[in-house]
Amino acid sequence: MSTYFTKDHEWLLVEGDVATVGITDFAQSQLGDVVYVELPESGKNVAQNDEVAVVESVKAASEVYAPVDGEIVEGNELLVDEPAKVNEEPEGAAWFFKIKLGNTTQLEELMSEADYKAFVETL
Amino acid sequence: MAEAADLLQTPLFDLHNELGAKMVPFAGYQMPVQYPLGVLKEHLFTRESAGLFDVSHMGQAWLVGPDHETTARALEALVPSNMKELKPGKQRYTVLLNDYGNITDDLMVSRPLAAEDDGRLMLVVNAACKDNDYKIIAAALPDNVKLEIVEDRALLALQGPKAAEVMALHAPEAAQMGFMEARPLEFDGISVIASRSGYTGEDGYEISIPAGAAEAVAKALLADERVQAIGLGARDSLRLEAGLCLYGHDIDENTTPVEGNITFCMQKRRKEAGDFPGGARVLKQLAEGTNTIRVGLKLEGRAPAREGAEIRVPGTQEVIGRVTSGGFAPTLGAPIAMGYVPSNLAEIGTELELVVRGRALAAKVSAMPFVAQRYYRKPK
Repeated sequence: MSTYFTKDHEWLLVEGDVATVGITDFAQSQLGDVVYVELPESGKNVAQNDEVAVVESVKAASEVYAPVDGEIVEGNELLVDEPAKVNEEPEGAAWFFKIKLGNTTQLEELMSEADYKAFVETL
Repeated sequence: MAEAADLLQTPLFDLHNELGAKMVPFAGYQMPVQYPLGVLKEHLFTRESAGLFDVSHMGQAWLVGPDHETTARALEALVPSNMKELKPGKQRYTVLLNDYGNITDDLMVSRPLAAEDDGRLMLVVNAACKDNDYKIIAAALPDNVKLEIVEDRALLALQGPKAAEVMALHAPEAAQMGFMEARPLEFDGISVIASRSGYTGEDGYEISIPAGAAEAVAKALLADERVQAIGLGARDSLRLEAGLCLYGHDIDENTTPVEGNITFCMQKRRKEAGDFPGGARVLKQLAEGTNTIRVGLKLEGRAPAREGAEIRVPGTQEVIGRVTSGGFAPTLGAPIAMGYVPSNLAEIGTELELVVRGRALAAKVSAMPFVAQRYYRKPK
Protein backbone atom coordinates (compact mmCIF):
# COMPACT_ATOMS: atom_id res chain seq x y z
CA MET A 1 0.00 0.00 0.00
CA SER A 2 1.53 3.30 -1.07
CA THR A 3 0.39 6.86 -1.70
CA TYR A 4 1.18 8.96 -4.76
CA PHE A 5 0.46 12.59 -5.67
CA THR A 6 -0.03 14.51 -8.94
CA LYS A 7 0.69 18.06 -10.02
CA ASP A 8 -3.08 18.49 -10.38
CA HIS A 9 -3.30 18.09 -6.60
CA GLU A 10 -4.74 14.60 -6.49
CA TRP A 11 -3.69 11.75 -4.24
CA LEU A 12 -3.81 8.02 -5.03
CA LEU A 13 -3.78 5.30 -2.43
CA VAL A 14 -2.81 2.10 -4.22
CA GLU A 15 -3.92 -1.23 -2.78
CA GLY A 16 -3.29 -4.18 -5.05
CA ASP A 17 -4.42 -3.17 -8.56
CA VAL A 18 -6.93 -0.54 -7.39
CA ALA A 19 -6.18 3.09 -6.56
CA THR A 20 -8.45 5.28 -4.42
CA VAL A 21 -8.26 8.87 -5.74
CA GLY A 22 -9.09 12.17 -4.09
CA ILE A 23 -7.97 15.79 -4.02
CA THR A 24 -5.36 17.03 -1.59
CA ASP A 25 -5.85 19.23 1.44
CA PHE A 26 -4.04 21.98 -0.46
CA ALA A 27 -6.53 21.63 -3.34
CA GLN A 28 -9.58 21.89 -1.09
CA SER A 29 -8.13 24.93 0.66
CA GLN A 30 -7.69 26.63 -2.71
CA LEU A 31 -11.20 25.72 -3.87
CA GLY A 32 -13.02 26.90 -0.79
CA ASP A 33 -16.40 25.58 0.28
CA VAL A 34 -17.39 22.67 -1.95
CA VAL A 35 -21.10 22.64 -2.82
CA TYR A 36 -21.29 20.00 -5.56
CA VAL A 37 -19.33 17.00 -6.76
CA GLU A 38 -19.89 15.15 -10.02
CA LEU A 39 -18.51 11.60 -10.07
CA PRO A 40 -17.61 9.24 -12.91
CA GLU A 41 -19.79 6.21 -13.63
CA SER A 42 -18.56 2.79 -12.59
CA GLY A 43 -17.26 0.67 -15.45
CA LYS A 44 -16.06 3.66 -17.45
CA ASN A 45 -12.64 3.28 -19.06
CA VAL A 46 -10.55 6.42 -18.80
CA ALA A 47 -7.13 7.53 -19.96
CA GLN A 48 -4.60 9.48 -17.91
CA ASN A 49 -5.48 13.21 -17.80
CA ASP A 50 -9.10 12.68 -18.91
CA GLU A 51 -11.56 14.86 -17.02
CA VAL A 52 -13.41 12.36 -14.88
CA ALA A 53 -14.97 14.32 -12.04
CA VAL A 54 -15.97 17.88 -11.24
CA VAL A 55 -15.82 19.72 -7.95
CA GLU A 56 -17.66 23.00 -7.54
CA SER A 57 -17.29 25.66 -4.90
CA VAL A 58 -19.73 28.55 -4.45
CA LYS A 59 -17.72 30.52 -6.99
CA ALA A 60 -16.33 28.13 -9.59
CA ALA A 61 -16.12 24.66 -11.09
CA SER A 62 -12.85 22.68 -11.29
CA GLU A 63 -12.09 19.42 -13.06
CA VAL A 64 -10.58 16.36 -11.49
CA TYR A 65 -8.40 14.38 -13.90
CA ALA A 66 -7.70 10.68 -14.12
CA PRO A 67 -4.17 10.37 -12.69
CA VAL A 68 -3.64 7.08 -14.55
CA ASP A 69 -5.27 4.93 -17.23
CA GLY A 70 -7.85 2.48 -15.95
CA GLU A 71 -11.42 1.49 -15.29
CA ILE A 72 -13.56 3.36 -12.78
CA VAL A 73 -14.63 0.86 -10.15
CA GLU A 74 -16.65 3.09 -7.84
CA GLY A 75 -17.55 6.73 -7.15
CA ASN A 76 -17.92 7.97 -3.58
CA GLU A 77 -21.67 8.46 -3.22
CA LEU A 78 -21.12 10.17 0.15
CA LEU A 79 -19.97 13.28 -1.75
CA VAL A 80 -23.23 13.54 -3.68
CA ASP A 81 -25.16 14.17 -0.47
CA GLU A 82 -22.38 15.78 1.55
CA PRO A 83 -20.05 17.67 -0.77
CA ALA A 84 -18.72 19.68 2.19
CA LYS A 85 -16.90 16.50 3.28
CA VAL A 86 -14.31 17.42 0.64
CA ASN A 87 -13.30 20.37 2.81
CA GLU A 88 -13.41 18.38 6.04
CA GLU A 89 -11.68 15.12 5.12
CA PRO A 90 -10.11 15.59 1.68
CA GLU A 91 -7.46 12.93 2.17
CA GLY A 92 -9.75 10.46 3.94
CA ALA A 93 -13.51 9.89 3.82
CA ALA A 94 -13.94 12.34 0.92
CA TRP A 95 -12.15 10.26 -1.72
CA PHE A 96 -13.65 10.78 -5.20
CA PHE A 97 -13.37 7.45 -7.01
CA LYS A 98 -11.60 4.11 -7.18
CA ILE A 99 -9.86 3.15 -10.37
CA LYS A 100 -8.52 -0.25 -11.48
CA LEU A 101 -5.00 0.44 -12.72
CA GLY A 102 -4.58 -0.08 -16.46
CA ASN A 103 -0.88 0.73 -16.60
CA THR A 104 1.08 0.45 -13.36
CA THR A 105 4.22 1.96 -14.92
CA GLN A 106 2.41 5.35 -14.85
CA LEU A 107 2.71 5.31 -11.06
CA GLU A 108 6.46 5.75 -11.40
CA GLU A 109 5.94 9.24 -12.89
CA LEU A 110 3.88 10.42 -9.91
CA MET A 111 5.19 12.18 -6.82
CA SER A 112 5.81 10.88 -3.35
CA GLU A 113 4.29 12.76 -0.41
CA ALA A 114 7.62 14.49 0.27
CA ASP A 115 7.98 15.51 -3.39
CA TYR A 116 4.41 16.81 -3.43
CA LYS A 117 4.98 18.89 -0.30
CA ALA A 118 8.07 20.39 -1.92
CA PHE A 119 6.05 21.05 -5.09
CA VAL A 120 3.31 22.89 -3.16
CA GLU A 121 5.99 25.03 -1.49
CA THR A 122 6.98 26.33 -4.93
CA LEU A 123 3.43 27.53 -5.76
CA MET B 1 -3.17 38.27 -14.89
CA ALA B 2 -2.06 41.69 -13.74
CA GLU B 3 0.99 41.90 -11.50
CA ALA B 4 0.25 42.98 -7.95
CA ALA B 5 2.48 46.02 -8.46
CA ASP B 6 0.18 47.34 -11.21
CA LEU B 7 -2.90 46.99 -9.07
CA LEU B 8 -4.42 49.68 -6.93
CA GLN B 9 -5.08 49.25 -3.23
CA THR B 10 -8.02 50.51 -1.23
CA PRO B 11 -7.46 52.33 2.08
CA LEU B 12 -8.26 49.01 3.82
CA PHE B 13 -5.55 46.98 2.06
CA ASP B 14 -3.45 46.50 5.21
CA LEU B 15 -6.52 45.54 7.22
CA HIS B 16 -7.50 42.89 4.67
CA ASN B 17 -4.07 41.31 4.98
CA GLU B 18 -4.21 41.55 8.76
CA LEU B 19 -7.55 39.72 8.65
CA GLY B 20 -6.05 36.96 6.50
CA ALA B 21 -7.96 37.77 3.32
CA LYS B 22 -7.24 36.00 0.07
CA MET B 23 -6.56 38.92 -2.28
CA VAL B 24 -7.36 38.79 -5.99
CA PRO B 25 -7.15 41.29 -8.85
CA PHE B 26 -10.55 42.83 -9.51
CA ALA B 27 -11.27 45.84 -11.75
CA GLY B 28 -7.68 47.03 -11.39
CA TYR B 29 -7.60 46.69 -7.60
CA GLN B 30 -6.31 44.12 -5.18
CA MET B 31 -9.50 43.06 -3.44
CA PRO B 32 -10.42 40.46 -0.80
CA VAL B 33 -12.33 37.59 -2.45
CA GLN B 34 -12.72 35.83 0.90
CA TYR B 35 -11.48 35.81 4.47
CA PRO B 36 -10.58 32.74 6.55
CA LEU B 37 -14.29 32.17 7.28
CA GLY B 38 -14.82 31.19 3.62
CA VAL B 39 -17.43 32.20 1.04
CA LEU B 40 -20.20 29.93 2.28
CA LYS B 41 -20.03 30.94 5.94
CA GLU B 42 -19.46 34.59 5.03
CA HIS B 43 -22.62 34.49 2.96
CA LEU B 44 -24.71 32.86 5.68
CA PHE B 45 -23.27 35.13 8.36
CA THR B 46 -24.38 38.20 6.39
CA ARG B 47 -27.92 36.80 6.12
CA GLU B 48 -28.01 36.02 9.85
CA SER B 49 -26.09 38.90 11.40
CA ALA B 50 -24.06 41.59 9.59
CA GLY B 51 -21.26 41.60 7.03
CA LEU B 52 -18.76 44.38 6.39
CA PHE B 53 -17.67 44.80 2.76
CA ASP B 54 -14.90 47.01 1.40
CA VAL B 55 -16.29 48.48 -1.81
CA SER B 56 -13.81 51.35 -2.01
CA HIS B 57 -12.90 50.29 -5.54
CA MET B 58 -16.22 51.68 -6.71
CA GLY B 59 -16.24 55.17 -8.14
CA GLN B 60 -17.54 58.05 -6.04
CA ALA B 61 -18.17 61.39 -7.69
CA TRP B 62 -20.20 64.55 -7.32
CA LEU B 63 -22.18 66.43 -9.90
CA VAL B 64 -22.10 70.07 -8.87
CA GLY B 65 -24.37 72.69 -10.39
CA PRO B 66 -26.00 75.96 -9.37
CA ASP B 67 -29.25 74.39 -8.16
CA HIS B 68 -30.91 70.97 -7.98
CA GLU B 69 -33.01 71.39 -11.10
CA THR B 70 -30.01 72.31 -13.27
CA THR B 71 -27.89 69.39 -12.00
CA ALA B 72 -30.80 66.93 -12.17
CA ARG B 73 -31.60 67.94 -15.74
CA ALA B 74 -27.97 67.49 -16.72
CA LEU B 75 -27.97 63.95 -15.34
CA GLU B 76 -31.38 63.18 -16.81
CA ALA B 77 -29.87 63.74 -20.26
CA LEU B 78 -27.88 60.51 -19.69
CA VAL B 79 -30.25 58.33 -17.64
CA PRO B 80 -33.93 57.29 -17.87
CA SER B 81 -34.78 58.02 -14.21
CA ASN B 82 -36.51 61.01 -12.67
CA MET B 83 -33.76 62.98 -10.98
CA LYS B 84 -35.62 66.28 -10.85
CA GLU B 85 -38.16 65.02 -8.32
CA LEU B 86 -35.58 63.14 -6.25
CA LYS B 87 -36.12 64.58 -2.77
CA PRO B 88 -33.33 65.86 -0.51
CA GLY B 89 -31.86 62.95 1.45
CA LYS B 90 -33.09 60.33 -1.04
CA GLN B 91 -31.19 57.88 -3.20
CA ARG B 92 -32.15 56.30 -6.50
CA TYR B 93 -30.83 53.47 -8.72
CA THR B 94 -30.34 54.32 -12.37
CA VAL B 95 -28.45 53.40 -15.53
CA LEU B 96 -26.30 55.31 -17.99
CA LEU B 97 -27.61 54.71 -21.49
CA ASN B 98 -25.89 55.02 -24.85
CA ASP B 99 -27.57 56.26 -28.03
CA TYR B 100 -29.13 52.84 -28.62
CA GLY B 101 -30.70 52.80 -25.17
CA ASN B 102 -28.20 50.13 -24.12
CA ILE B 103 -26.69 50.21 -20.67
CA THR B 104 -23.19 51.64 -20.22
CA ASP B 105 -23.23 51.24 -16.44
CA ASP B 106 -25.59 51.14 -13.47
CA LEU B 107 -25.19 53.53 -10.59
CA MET B 108 -26.65 54.97 -7.41
CA VAL B 109 -27.47 58.66 -7.19
CA SER B 110 -28.21 60.50 -3.98
CA ARG B 111 -29.31 64.03 -3.28
CA PRO B 112 -27.84 65.56 -0.13
CA LEU B 113 -30.17 66.44 2.71
CA ALA B 114 -28.81 69.89 3.55
CA ALA B 115 -30.18 72.99 1.83
CA GLU B 116 -26.65 74.39 1.40
CA ASP B 117 -25.81 71.34 -0.75
CA ASP B 118 -28.59 72.16 -3.22
CA GLY B 119 -27.32 71.50 -6.72
CA ARG B 120 -25.12 68.55 -5.70
CA LEU B 121 -25.74 64.89 -6.55
CA MET B 122 -23.53 62.07 -5.33
CA LEU B 123 -22.84 59.21 -7.75
CA VAL B 124 -21.53 55.72 -7.00
CA VAL B 125 -20.52 53.81 -10.13
CA ASN B 126 -18.94 50.43 -10.89
CA ALA B 127 -15.18 50.14 -10.47
CA ALA B 128 -14.59 48.57 -13.88
CA CYS B 129 -16.66 51.27 -15.61
CA LYS B 130 -15.69 54.39 -13.74
CA ASP B 131 -13.15 55.90 -16.13
CA ASN B 132 -15.48 55.47 -19.07
CA ASP B 133 -18.47 56.76 -17.09
CA TYR B 134 -16.61 59.89 -16.04
CA LYS B 135 -15.58 60.57 -19.63
CA ILE B 136 -19.16 60.21 -20.86
CA ILE B 137 -20.65 62.27 -18.05
CA ALA B 138 -18.07 65.06 -18.23
CA ALA B 139 -18.51 65.35 -22.00
CA ALA B 140 -22.28 65.66 -21.72
CA LEU B 141 -22.50 68.24 -18.94
CA PRO B 142 -23.47 71.85 -19.58
CA ASP B 143 -20.90 74.50 -18.63
CA ASN B 144 -22.54 75.27 -15.30
CA VAL B 145 -22.47 71.68 -14.01
CA LYS B 146 -19.16 70.06 -13.09
CA LEU B 147 -18.12 66.49 -12.39
CA GLU B 148 -15.93 66.22 -9.28
CA ILE B 149 -14.29 62.82 -9.00
CA VAL B 150 -13.73 61.76 -5.40
CA GLU B 151 -10.39 59.99 -4.98
CA ASP B 152 -9.85 60.41 -1.24
CA ARG B 153 -12.74 58.47 0.24
CA ALA B 154 -13.33 54.83 1.04
CA LEU B 155 -16.70 53.11 0.71
CA LEU B 156 -17.80 50.41 3.14
CA ALA B 157 -21.03 48.44 3.16
CA LEU B 158 -22.52 47.06 6.36
CA GLN B 159 -25.23 44.59 5.41
CA GLY B 160 -27.50 42.21 7.27
CA PRO B 161 -30.37 42.02 9.76
CA LYS B 162 -28.14 43.26 12.61
CA ALA B 163 -26.52 46.08 10.61
CA ALA B 164 -28.89 48.72 11.96
CA GLU B 165 -28.43 47.89 15.63
CA VAL B 166 -24.64 47.83 15.28
CA MET B 167 -24.57 51.05 13.23
CA ALA B 168 -26.75 52.83 15.81
CA LEU B 169 -24.11 52.28 18.50
CA HIS B 170 -21.67 54.47 16.53
CA ALA B 171 -24.06 56.78 14.69
CA PRO B 172 -27.44 56.93 16.50
CA GLU B 173 -29.10 58.97 13.75
CA ALA B 174 -28.60 56.10 11.29
CA ALA B 175 -31.52 54.33 12.95
CA GLN B 176 -33.96 56.95 11.68
CA MET B 177 -33.01 56.47 8.04
CA GLY B 178 -35.36 54.56 5.74
CA PHE B 179 -34.40 52.39 2.77
CA MET B 180 -32.82 54.46 -0.02
CA GLU B 181 -32.24 57.48 2.19
CA ALA B 182 -28.86 59.19 2.40
CA ARG B 183 -27.42 61.69 4.86
CA PRO B 184 -24.24 62.82 6.58
CA LEU B 185 -23.58 61.17 9.94
CA GLU B 186 -21.07 61.43 12.74
CA PHE B 187 -19.66 57.92 13.21
CA ASP B 188 -17.75 57.93 16.51
CA GLY B 189 -17.01 61.56 15.72
CA ILE B 190 -15.89 60.88 12.13
CA SER B 191 -17.90 62.71 9.44
CA VAL B 192 -19.27 60.16 6.97
CA ILE B 193 -22.01 60.05 4.35
CA ALA B 194 -24.28 57.04 4.67
CA SER B 195 -27.09 55.63 2.59
CA ARG B 196 -29.45 52.93 3.78
CA SER B 197 -29.01 50.62 0.81
CA GLY B 198 -26.70 47.92 -0.48
CA TYR B 199 -26.23 44.97 -2.78
CA THR B 200 -27.24 41.95 -0.72
CA GLY B 201 -31.02 42.23 -0.40
CA GLU B 202 -30.57 42.86 3.32
CA ASP B 203 -31.11 45.96 5.39
CA GLY B 204 -27.88 47.90 5.77
CA TYR B 205 -25.78 50.90 4.90
CA GLU B 206 -23.16 52.05 2.48
CA ILE B 207 -20.79 54.45 4.20
CA SER B 208 -18.52 56.92 2.41
CA ILE B 209 -15.58 57.75 4.66
CA PRO B 210 -12.48 59.97 4.34
CA ALA B 211 -9.73 57.51 3.34
CA GLY B 212 -7.63 58.21 6.43
CA ALA B 213 -10.51 57.31 8.76
CA ALA B 214 -11.71 54.20 6.91
CA GLU B 215 -9.68 51.73 8.91
CA ALA B 216 -10.91 53.21 12.20
CA VAL B 217 -14.53 52.84 11.07
CA ALA B 218 -13.95 49.30 9.80
CA LYS B 219 -12.20 48.25 13.01
CA ALA B 220 -14.92 49.79 15.18
CA LEU B 221 -17.54 47.76 13.30
CA LEU B 222 -15.47 44.55 13.23
CA ALA B 223 -14.90 44.78 16.99
CA ASP B 224 -18.59 43.90 17.36
CA GLU B 225 -19.14 40.15 17.40
CA ARG B 226 -22.24 40.65 15.26
CA VAL B 227 -20.00 41.81 12.36
CA GLN B 228 -17.58 39.86 10.16
CA ALA B 229 -15.51 41.00 7.17
CA ILE B 230 -17.00 39.61 3.96
CA GLY B 231 -15.25 39.24 0.60
CA LEU B 232 -16.26 39.66 -3.02
CA GLY B 233 -17.10 35.96 -3.33
CA ALA B 234 -20.00 36.18 -0.91
CA ARG B 235 -20.94 39.60 -2.22
CA ASP B 236 -21.59 37.95 -5.58
CA SER B 237 -23.66 35.05 -4.22
CA LEU B 238 -25.64 37.43 -1.98
CA ARG B 239 -26.55 39.77 -4.80
CA LEU B 240 -27.47 36.85 -7.07
CA GLU B 241 -29.90 35.53 -4.45
CA ALA B 242 -31.33 39.05 -4.19
CA GLY B 243 -31.91 39.05 -7.96
CA LEU B 244 -29.66 42.07 -8.44
CA CYS B 245 -27.79 42.57 -11.72
CA LEU B 246 -24.02 42.54 -11.99
CA TYR B 247 -22.99 45.02 -14.64
CA GLY B 248 -20.97 43.48 -17.47
CA HIS B 249 -22.72 40.15 -16.92
CA ASP B 250 -26.48 40.47 -16.43
CA ILE B 251 -26.77 43.85 -18.09
CA ASP B 252 -24.28 45.44 -20.48
CA GLU B 253 -23.89 47.44 -23.66
CA ASN B 254 -26.02 44.90 -25.53
CA THR B 255 -29.05 45.24 -23.29
CA THR B 256 -31.62 47.94 -22.63
CA PRO B 257 -33.38 48.46 -19.27
CA VAL B 258 -36.43 46.71 -20.78
CA GLU B 259 -34.47 43.63 -21.86
CA GLY B 260 -32.62 43.71 -18.54
CA ASN B 261 -35.98 43.74 -16.74
CA ILE B 262 -35.03 46.75 -14.63
CA THR B 263 -37.67 49.21 -15.82
CA PHE B 264 -38.35 50.01 -12.16
CA CYS B 265 -35.51 52.50 -12.54
CA MET B 266 -37.61 54.46 -15.05
CA GLN B 267 -40.19 56.72 -13.47
CA LYS B 268 -43.45 57.73 -15.16
CA ARG B 269 -42.45 61.13 -16.54
CA ARG B 270 -39.35 59.70 -18.23
CA LYS B 271 -41.15 56.65 -19.57
CA GLU B 272 -43.79 58.87 -21.17
CA ALA B 273 -41.36 61.39 -22.63
CA GLY B 274 -38.55 59.06 -23.70
CA ASP B 275 -36.23 62.06 -23.41
CA PHE B 276 -33.02 60.11 -22.78
CA PRO B 277 -30.41 58.43 -24.99
CA GLY B 278 -32.00 55.71 -27.09
CA GLY B 279 -35.40 56.89 -25.84
CA ALA B 280 -37.33 56.06 -29.03
CA ARG B 281 -36.07 52.46 -29.01
CA VAL B 282 -36.70 51.98 -25.31
CA LEU B 283 -40.23 53.42 -25.58
CA LYS B 284 -40.96 51.07 -28.48
CA GLN B 285 -39.77 48.13 -26.38
CA LEU B 286 -41.93 49.25 -23.47
CA ALA B 287 -44.96 49.33 -25.74
CA GLU B 288 -44.32 46.23 -27.82
CA GLY B 289 -42.09 44.08 -25.65
CA THR B 290 -38.64 42.77 -26.48
CA ASN B 291 -37.33 39.67 -28.23
CA THR B 292 -35.46 38.57 -25.14
CA ILE B 293 -35.65 39.37 -21.45
CA ARG B 294 -33.65 38.64 -18.28
CA VAL B 295 -35.25 36.00 -16.05
CA GLY B 296 -34.40 34.08 -12.90
CA LEU B 297 -33.80 30.34 -13.16
CA LYS B 298 -34.01 27.65 -10.49
CA LEU B 299 -32.30 24.35 -11.25
CA GLU B 300 -33.31 20.90 -10.14
CA GLY B 301 -30.60 18.91 -8.36
CA ARG B 302 -27.44 20.40 -6.92
CA ALA B 303 -25.22 21.08 -9.94
CA PRO B 304 -24.78 24.81 -10.59
CA ALA B 305 -24.94 26.30 -14.09
CA ARG B 306 -22.37 29.05 -14.52
CA GLU B 307 -22.18 32.14 -16.71
CA GLY B 308 -22.23 31.19 -20.38
CA ALA B 309 -24.22 27.96 -19.98
CA GLU B 310 -26.64 27.42 -22.88
CA ILE B 311 -30.38 27.58 -22.26
CA ARG B 312 -32.58 25.23 -24.31
CA VAL B 313 -36.21 24.24 -24.58
CA PRO B 314 -36.52 20.67 -23.27
CA GLY B 315 -36.58 18.12 -26.05
CA THR B 316 -34.88 20.41 -28.55
CA GLN B 317 -31.23 21.11 -29.26
CA GLU B 318 -31.87 24.75 -30.07
CA VAL B 319 -30.00 27.26 -27.92
CA ILE B 320 -32.46 30.01 -27.01
CA GLY B 321 -30.34 31.91 -24.53
CA ARG B 322 -27.45 31.89 -22.11
CA VAL B 323 -26.90 32.12 -18.40
CA THR B 324 -25.41 35.49 -17.43
CA SER B 325 -24.84 34.73 -13.72
CA GLY B 326 -25.17 31.42 -11.99
CA GLY B 327 -24.01 29.58 -8.96
CA PHE B 328 -24.94 27.89 -5.76
CA ALA B 329 -27.28 29.82 -3.48
CA PRO B 330 -26.09 29.16 0.08
CA THR B 331 -29.30 30.44 1.67
CA LEU B 332 -31.41 28.08 -0.44
CA GLY B 333 -28.92 25.21 -0.55
CA ALA B 334 -29.63 24.97 -4.28
CA PRO B 335 -28.29 26.29 -7.57
CA ILE B 336 -29.80 29.44 -9.12
CA ALA B 337 -29.07 31.52 -12.20
CA MET B 338 -30.09 34.48 -14.29
CA GLY B 339 -30.14 34.55 -18.04
CA TYR B 340 -31.80 35.88 -21.15
CA VAL B 341 -34.60 33.95 -22.86
CA PRO B 342 -37.12 34.79 -25.58
CA SER B 343 -39.92 36.84 -24.03
CA ASN B 344 -42.52 34.19 -24.88
CA LEU B 345 -40.60 31.74 -22.66
CA ALA B 346 -40.19 34.13 -19.74
CA GLU B 347 -43.31 33.24 -17.80
CA ILE B 348 -42.71 32.04 -14.22
CA GLY B 349 -42.68 28.24 -14.14
CA THR B 350 -41.64 27.75 -17.78
CA GLU B 351 -39.59 24.56 -18.02
CA LEU B 352 -36.20 24.96 -19.64
CA GLU B 353 -32.89 23.16 -19.58
CA LEU B 354 -29.40 24.46 -18.93
CA VAL B 355 -26.48 22.71 -20.54
CA VAL B 356 -23.58 21.99 -18.18
CA ARG B 357 -20.62 19.92 -19.42
CA GLY B 358 -22.79 18.54 -22.22
CA ARG B 359 -25.58 17.46 -19.90
CA ALA B 360 -29.01 19.07 -19.83
CA LEU B 361 -30.10 20.12 -16.34
CA ALA B 362 -33.79 20.77 -15.71
CA ALA B 363 -34.61 24.35 -14.70
CA LYS B 364 -37.66 26.55 -14.30
CA VAL B 365 -38.13 30.24 -14.79
CA SER B 366 -38.38 31.64 -11.29
CA ALA B 367 -39.54 34.88 -9.73
CA MET B 368 -36.78 37.12 -8.38
CA PRO B 369 -35.52 37.86 -5.81
CA PHE B 370 -34.74 34.22 -5.03
CA VAL B 371 -34.37 35.15 -1.36
CA ALA B 372 -36.83 37.73 0.03
CA GLN B 373 -35.38 41.22 0.34
CA ARG B 374 -35.45 42.64 3.87
CA TYR B 375 -35.00 46.34 3.32
CA TYR B 376 -35.99 48.67 6.13
CA ARG B 377 -39.15 50.67 5.44
CA LYS B 378 -39.87 53.47 7.83
CA PRO B 379 -43.25 53.34 9.54
CA LYS B 380 -45.57 55.93 8.00
